[in-house]
Amino acid sequence: MEQRNIIAKREFNLKSFFFQWEWMLVLILIVINIVNSSISSHYLNFSGLMDATMTFLDKAFIVLPMAFIIILGDIDISVASTVALSSVIMAVSYNAGLPMGMAMVLCLIVGTVCGLINGLLIVKFKELSAVIVTLSTMTIYRGIAYIILEDQAAGKFPQWFSYLGWGYVGSIPFILIVFAVFAVIFGLLLHKTTFGRRVYAIGNNPVASRFSGVEVDKIKVIIFTAAGFMSGVTALFLTSKMGSTRPNVAIGYELDVIAMVVLGGVSTAGGKGRIIGTVISIFLIGLLRYGLGLINVPSQVLLIIIGLLLVFAVMISDLNVNTVKAGKIKR
Amino acid sequence: MKKVLALIISLALVMSLLVGCGGGGTEDVSEPEETPEVEDASKTDDEPEPEEEPDSGEGKQYAIIVKSTGNPFMEKMADGFKEAVSELGGETIVKAPDQPTAEAQIQMIEELIAQKVDGIAISANDPDALQPALQKAMNDGINVVSLDSAVNAESRTTHIQQADPERIGRVQVQAIHEMIDGEGEIAILSATSQATNQNEWIEWMKEELEDPKYENIELVKIAYGDDLRDKSVSETEGLLQSYPNLKGIISPTTVGIAAAAKVLTDKGLEGKVQLTGLGLPSEMAEYIENGVCQWMYLWNPIDLGYLAGCAIDALAKGEISGEAGDTFSAGRLGDREVVEVGDGTEIMLGDPFKFDIDNIGEWKDVY
Repeated sequence: MEQRNIIAKREFNLKSFFFQWEWMLVLILIVINIVNSSISSHYLNFSGLMDATMTFLDKAFIVLPMAFIIILGDIDISVASTVALSSVIMAVSYNAGLPMGMAMVLCLIVGTVCGLINGLLIVKFKELSAVIVTLSTMTIYRGIAYIILEDQAAGKFPQWFSYLGWGYVGSIPFILIVFAVFAVIFGLLLHKTTFGRRVYAIGNNPVASRFSGVEVDKIKVIIFTAAGFMSGVTALFLTSKMGSTRPNVAIGYELDVIAMVVLGGVSTAGGKGRIIGTVISIFLIGLLRYGLGLINVPSQVLLIIIGLLLVFAVMISDLNVNTVKAGKIKR
Repeated sequence: MKKVLALIISLALVMSLLVGCGGGGTEDVSEPEETPEVEDASKTDDEPEPEEEPDSGEGKQYAIIVKSTGNPFMEKMADGFKEAVSELGGETIVKAPDQPTAEAQIQMIEELIAQKVDGIAISANDPDALQPALQKAMNDGINVVSLDSAVNAESRTTHIQQADPERIGRVQVQAIHEMIDGEGEIAILSATSQATNQNEWIEWMKEELEDPKYENIELVKIAYGDDLRDKSVSETEGLLQSYPNLKGIISPTTVGIAAAAKVLTDKGLEGKVQLTGLGLPSEMAEYIENGVCQWMYLWNPIDLGYLAGCAIDALAKGEISGEAGDTFSAGRLGDREVVEVGDGTEIMLGDPFKFDIDNIGEWKDVY
């Protein structure tokens, strides 16, 4: 378990090493894989699994900065709208004659700006909680997308653009490689830098952090901006996958993302969680959906199962704390 | 209590390690609490479990992907598809996304490619966005037909056309013209803005409205209810608020027309605002009987699905290739021909059928 007090280096203890949330996730992931392989003969097949990652990795990019945001003790529910707005502006500007490369850069810029606005609003109006601020911007961003495109679609992208969502490097999907790179970057940032340590500090106690000279506001703005940027990245991959875009793309992504973060062992109270856990939970939920999709479980039942899994996860995490106490492990 | 839990969880962890070292092999894991859940969930599945590996040439597997769950028209269509496929000795997989989006359908296509089905019939939520996924399916040797709502010609072998889109579009405008005595404001309540079929009909409606005899009719707005009942209701209410002089509503979608009829009935606007469009007789019977909707049109969704089932089977068995001029036997519907339309090919079901107070009684129990 993650500790509340911040020590520079914890001594290694085998017992406490295995009493970790991440191991529970690994266990569930293994169980899911065994169940999936037993219920469908098509499941255990390398190229099928690789293709399956393509279907759920588009939203995974947002999970990484979202983990930071929830560790801070905040939340951002405007990410899906940011995806829609970036995607729509990219498509419209390309159709208006901008070269595709420029349009893609513009997409990332739009995402980044959306995130920056969120961050600035949150630090400017401290009396408003992040959920209220991002609730407003969520409506505004998607609203702008609707104003631009109304109810129409835009697309007709060049052929090479579809490589992002559908391309392979050897037999590994391109999107998987890009995601792995980002996951490593965010993981190192959170666990190996003073920046990351400060994020935990803010999540544990923002007031004390502020008095200790941590630049709370600056860090918050940076992280929300990063969330916007990653929404732009998601917009690129999602749009490439679909080949056209509408103002209502990515509906409900924010909830999927938050579910993945919470299942990944990040505490919504702030100050606790790890990138590795969220990465495992992305694959856990994604492969669960894929496996059940292979035996054609109706989509409503699928939602219920994922809901149950979340409840189960939160419950077990509570048990886990008690177990650690029962096991008399030093905390 | 806590000690017991501690024990259970440490056991579980040890098991997980064993399994992990075994390379995720075949050991029995006795612990996982959520395994029964998963299995129960798959048992609540209404559809028959598809056979793992069809061992004879007969047992082909065909999937139908509809626009979204909770749409009675789509359910009837899937029933017809299932009927045809079982007559021909195949297996049916029905997939319905919980949101009417292209993203959800792409994921389902991926799952079907992995299952190596023999054919996919799809009612598309977007004509172009499914192209990469469907082309991947076709490259893997899966036959693809669209029905009801088409995908573009590059993403399919052929399309099952319910009725001539021009007729469907024009006939609805003629109906509303007659109902409102040729003058006033009208609005259209459609499904999603990307629905291929609805958009095509709306184009023909606009075309029909160009005719000088409609010079006193003004189309004020096209609203989109996304084939979701609650959104269709609020869009209808929005139309009535924004256009107090509205005389008529055309809703070329079964979810939309039923929602609009409910709103008009609840607000007591029967006779003040006229309604026509495409509706399911079973859903619309009470509104035709109470006069909110004098008459409407549709074709038989069961037959539409049935025709798609026959067509995909003929394609999978190599009887036809989807080229214009091919003919095949569509079971109880008789022989059908593949015809060239635009830059693709289509198979036609028939003409739209008119439902009014005189014949709704006999149809409301059929579909």
